[in-house]
Amino acid sequence: MKYALLLYGNEKLWDQATPEQADQTRVAHERFIAMLNERGAFLGGDALARSREALTLRKKAGQVLRTDGPYVETVEHLGGFYLIEAADLDEAIGYAKACPEQIVEVRPVVEYEE
Amino acid sequence: MNTRSDVRNGAVEQAYREHWARLLALLTAQLRDLDLAEESLQDAFAAAVSTWPPVPANPPAWLLTAARRRAVDRLRRTAVAARKLPLLVVEEQPAHDDRLRLIFTCCHPALSMEARVALTLRCVGGLTTRQIARMFLVGEATMAARITRAKKKISQAGIPYRVPAGPELRERLDGVLAVLYLIFTEGYAATEGDELIRDEPATEAIALARLLVSLLPDDSEVRALQALMMLHHARRHARVTSDGRLVTLAEQDRTLWRHDEIEEALGLLIPGPPGPYLLQAAIAAEHTSAARAEDTDWVAIAALYGMLEELTGSAVVRLNRAVAVAEAAGAAEGLALLEGLETELPHHHLLPATRAELLRRLGRAEEAVAEYGRALALVGTQQEREFLLSRRTETERRLCP
Repeated sequence: MKYALLLYGNEKLWDQATPEQADQTRVAHERFIAMLNERGAFLGGDALARSREALTLRKKAGQVLRTDGPYVETVEHLGGFYLIEAADLDEAIGYAKACPEQIVEVRPVVEYEE
Repeated sequence: MNTRSDVRNGAVEQAYREHWARLLALLTAQLRDLDLAEESLQDAFAAAVSTWPPVPANPPAWLLTAARRRAVDRLRRTAVAARKLPLLVVEEQPAHDDRLRLIFTCCHPALSMEARVALTLRCVGGLTTRQIARMFLVGEATMAARITRAKKKISQAGIPYRVPAGPELRERLDGVLAVLYLIFTEGYAATEGDELIRDEPATEAIALARLLVSLLPDDSEVRALQALMMLHHARRHARVTSDGRLVTLAEQDRTLWRHDEIEEALGLLIPGPPGPYLLQAAIAAEHTSAARAEDTDWVAIAALYGMLEELTGSAVVRLNRAVAVAEAAGAAEGLALLEGLETELPHHHLLPATRAELLRRLGRAEEAVAEYGRALALVGTQQEREFLLSRRTETERRLCP
């Protein structure tokens, strides 16, 4: 099954990170990706730009309303994602535990029958 | 004389009771689809109702064949047939731990506690949705929706049909035991309603624990959970009077206890690491082995509660420990242990009820009456309300002789 690991964090803390800390995080993610690749579990993923770069379109009754920022105002922001392949939820949770981020949402990807 | 339909219903019911969980586990193992397995097995039992007698020589084999046939029929109608039909062709030997896998699936931590309880009763206990709804005092439609949602989550989130291995097993097993104990607790001290003790959930939880013991016979905590529930349940006839009033442990007629069940429960206990169920069972065993209330070894019980509090850090355990300490060392020492518990147990009626009892013993009647009032504002069942009311009246009389 495919799972999305959605990585959340506090943007203020990310912005305050020293270059050294940012470097450590980058290395940790590189190691994580290498581990996923070794097990054939890595399907994709990327870091996302800060939420101030986001814009949201709301479509209602033919009208399109554009607002700046992410969909909801929260302290934790979606900062990146991985798309992985795992045998079941337990395996996906295992990968999520190994992921170097504080908050990781595990979401099964809907697979449509062909 | 039995009529034809009596024989038929009796045989199907017996087969249901004895084989439902094992057959469902086996089918789920083969189909990797709990929903499909359950529907097919239900069809097979429906077929048995209309075609038995003669009762086949091997009812579970008959039911399994019928269920497999129905599964094939159902699969043929869907696009997943190509993927799943080959699974059915393989003649798997009924694996010992199929039911264990089913229990672990139903109790997966990704499911809500409510969903785990409902699924375990439905899939492992074989109870109908109506029975489970009645057990938890919710509407049948609500319970049906809860079970459907849970089953959907199992297939869509990819919750595995497997017993975890290594260190994960202990952690997950604790979750399974918690589900069984939760089912039991609902029957032992109903949280609401007019009946204080309802047999159904308690009996079902003990049956499930018995099954778990047969699957994991060497686990001291699993055995202790069954023993603990049996020790509590053995006192059921003495806990409430014929007119439905609550009887405290000290005042219970001990000849009404089921001593055969107590005997069996004590036989289940084996030495092991002092886990929460082993300690609770040891406490219950101290109570049940006292011939009279005044023979109770409160010093031993207070010590066991001390270990349990250290292990769990639970405020409810501390409350119970305070009661035991009051018996072993005096009401004043018990009262001291209750200090500061309000923040952790703000809505628990037993906290003010216990404090009231200890204050009453210390002769501080005025404070006791106030605490009885606080307990009465929080209490949920009619029997406990009446008990507290009579205690308050009695204490008030002391104030104004």
